[in-house]
Amino acid sequence: MVAKIMTKNWISEIKLGLSQTRESFGKHLSSLLGGGKIDEVLYEELEAILLTADAGVNATTWLLDALRKKVKSENLTDAAQLRGALQEVLFALLAPLARSFDTDTEKPFVIMLAGVNGAGKTTSIGKLAHYFQSQGKSVLLAAGDTFRAAAREQLIAWGERNNVPVIAQDSSQKNGDPASVIFDAINAAKARNIDIVLADTAGRLATQLHLMEEIKKIKRVIAKAKQGAPHEVLLVLDANIGQNAINQVEAFDNALKITGLVVTKLDGTAKGGIIAAIAKIRQDNTLPLYFIGMGENINDLKPFDARKFVEALFD
Amino acid sequence: MFDNLTSRLSRVIKTLRGETRLTEINIQETLREVRTALLEADVALPVIKEFMERVKQKAIGQEVIGSLSPGHALVGVVHRELIVIMGGEKSEINLATTPPAVILMAGLQGAGKTTTSAKLAKWLMEQKKKKVLLVSCDIYRPAAIHQLEVLAKQIDTDFFPVQLGQSPQEIAVAALDFARRHHHEVMIVDTAGRLSVDKVMMDEISKLETLLKPIETLFVVDSMQGQDAVNIAKVFAEALPLTGIILTKLDGDARGGSALSVQYMTGKPIKFVGLAEKLTGLEVFYPDRMASRILGMGDVLGLIEESQRNIDRDEAEKLAIKIKSGKNFDLDDFKMQFQQMRNMGGMSALISKLPAQFSQAAQNIKMDDRVIGRTEGIINSMTLQERAKPEVLKASRKRRIAAGSGVTVQEVNRLLVQFEQTQRMMKKMNKGGMAKMMRGLKGMLPGIR
Ligand SMILES: Nc1nc2c(ncn2[C@@H]2O[C@H](COP(=O)(O)OP(=O)(O)OP(=O)(O)O)[C@@H](O)[C@H]2O)c(=O)[nH]1
Ligand SMILES: [Mg+2]
Repeated sequence: MVAKIMTKNWISEIKLGLSQTRESFGKHLSSLLGGGKIDEVLYEELEAILLTADAGVNATTWLLDALRKKVKSENLTDAAQLRGALQEVLFALLAPLARSFDTDTEKPFVIMLAGVNGAGKTTSIGKLAHYFQSQGKSVLLAAGDTFRAAAREQLIAWGERNNVPVIAQDSSQKNGDPASVIFDAINAAKARNIDIVLADTAGRLATQLHLMEEIKKIKRVIAKAKQGAPHEVLLVLDANIGQNAINQVEAFDNALKITGLVVTKLDGTAKGGIIAAIAKIRQDNTLPLYFIGMGENINDLKPFDARKFVEALFD
Repeated sequence: MFDNLTSRLSRVIKTLRGETRLTEINIQETLREVRTALLEADVALPVIKEFMERVKQKAIGQEVIGSLSPGHALVGVVHRELIVIMGGEKSEINLATTPPAVILMAGLQGAGKTTTSAKLAKWLMEQKKKKVLLVSCDIYRPAAIHQLEVLAKQIDTDFFPVQLGQSPQEIAVAALDFARRHHHEVMIVDTAGRLSVDKVMMDEISKLETLLKPIETLFVVDSMQGQDAVNIAKVFAEALPLTGIILTKLDGDARGGSALSVQYMTGKPIKFVGLAEKLTGLEVFYPDRMASRILGMGDVLGLIEESQRNIDRDEAEKLAIKIKSGKNFDLDDFKMQFQQMRNMGGMSALISKLPAQFSQAAQNIKMDDRVIGRTEGIINSMTLQERAKPEVLKASRKRRIAAGSGVTVQEVNRLLVQFEQTQRMMKKMNKGGMAKMMRGLKGMLPGIR
């Protein structure tokens, strides 16, 4: 399914989106891996590149170890050969993250988004609505951020752009109840025979324990509106953040049992190494990274494809 | 989750006792651990490299006092140097100009500029008694202007009404005129988040700067920001004459190494930190606390100071004595503690300031800020004897209390469990030697046992 809608342009689009990253990360690598001896100095520089890409100490160590093994087992002697080897090692690390996103199993298929403040939840919903519509699905948005000023209006604006309905509490109501807004939205989706419900939630930090309790409650209430829902609980992560991403994954997973990730703002200069750090959290049983965001426009969201991602990083 | 430096070091330190001076060799291992700690705190690698060089120069040859290990002594140097770099002392906001004093906010998408603009307005109104105008030049993100308008209303300050179709420059010019006519002393200008590589948008903000001639141009950076903070700060500093930095979302659990990166790169002081989503959650910056945080030593000093500000002194002293004795801590104290926590910005703000080992203990006590009121209600329904000796609370008494405070017996039970956990934590803090820890932090050495 996903493969079908993925345009042929996917790779060129993702390349465009990642051009900033490639500019620094890729260029840096290319000059390093142009040729020459494979020695400790080279490994050290590689380490620096990975660390400055936010890959973190764990993933960096793992990647370098894997690379060293490969160099040994394949008798690589020239730095230029490392390029391909590094691509393969990176791919091996990232491949488990890529999984297809299937919304056909339920109707309405309820997707809840969560994340820290400013991660890109609302914008991602706007883009996801567009993405699903282009697959021929009908979409409804639930304005579950009843806390932040103008969050409702922001989502409504995205609804208008996509020409899809938005369920929100009426604006006169102060400090509304997010759970009941989403509950109503799911019922509205049932009544209107809609395929997918995208539920926005207010940004929160894992240290705000009462807000983490609140979002647990939201999830419980969603299950009351439709059994088995939410069918996906996506954590939205900003590619610009550093190692705190790992805390975020763990904290939100503890509270909500997240089912997948969306990484946003990869169009910036952040090198996205955080994706490697995340892949390393539970390597045997990693969370899927379903989508990556690469801009503020409605079609700047793509399904994550490890192979293409690695390729786009390099040339 | 990451080990903090404290626990990392305890592994290394033991092996190196009895040396009298720091040498290239005996600091090597500790230096590596410090490097890892800084990386995990998201300090940018080039900054780490320079910093470590500096630390080495300062450290080698230094005497190792008393029974300390070289590792301890080195961390002392690291902590001190961090403080020196991050400004040595706090830096005040500058408003000394013909009014309106314009403050321009700049930063990436999602950094927290809009909320921070409103917080800063509130701070200036309250602390400096200024008449403030809030202006939004973010015509891009849906509902961004409206967001600031709502916040302006919440803090009861003026908001510049934007006409539909106005460009950011037009808004800036009109707002300046508006502020002059209405005698605003300060005008805070929120801008759209932008990527440092977006040339058009960077030009836009630099034009805004030329138009507005702000006395303060503040770079807003997320404390969760990764390695790239250093590059982004560089580009912003080239495009704009930055005068300071605001670090946001410090109430989270990020170690905030970006603070160091950005300061190192721009050479500008961090003027404020954002500590809560609430509009009162803005505070001046203290380098010593940040240094401890980056190293994973918690913000114990901040906690103390905040307690002093918000807590009734007498009550606090009484409580402190109880905490010290570890005993006698009863439900009345528990209630008081709740009330004081509320005064201090709630449990989450508090937890974020505890050193890692305690904040973890505290995390286990699920204290929902919203439950505080009910908790008080439950305790109020107890007799004085029950409050002093919670052991006497058996089923029938619990039922009475539940009925009296309009909650279920389960809730009463939950409260009692929380109380016991707190009591336990108090004892733990006491055993760990809160006082010793403070001394350690205040001096150059972290509180490592
Ligand atoms: N450059 C870029 N900007 C993005 C991307 N995704 C979101 N943004 C921007 O990031 C900022 C925050 O996005 P929001 O969607 O409002 O984030 P949120 O998580 O809903 O924020 P809160 O509801 O305030 O917690 C906005 O300015 C978005 O335009 C992306 O992929 N690339
Ligand atoms: Mg939002």
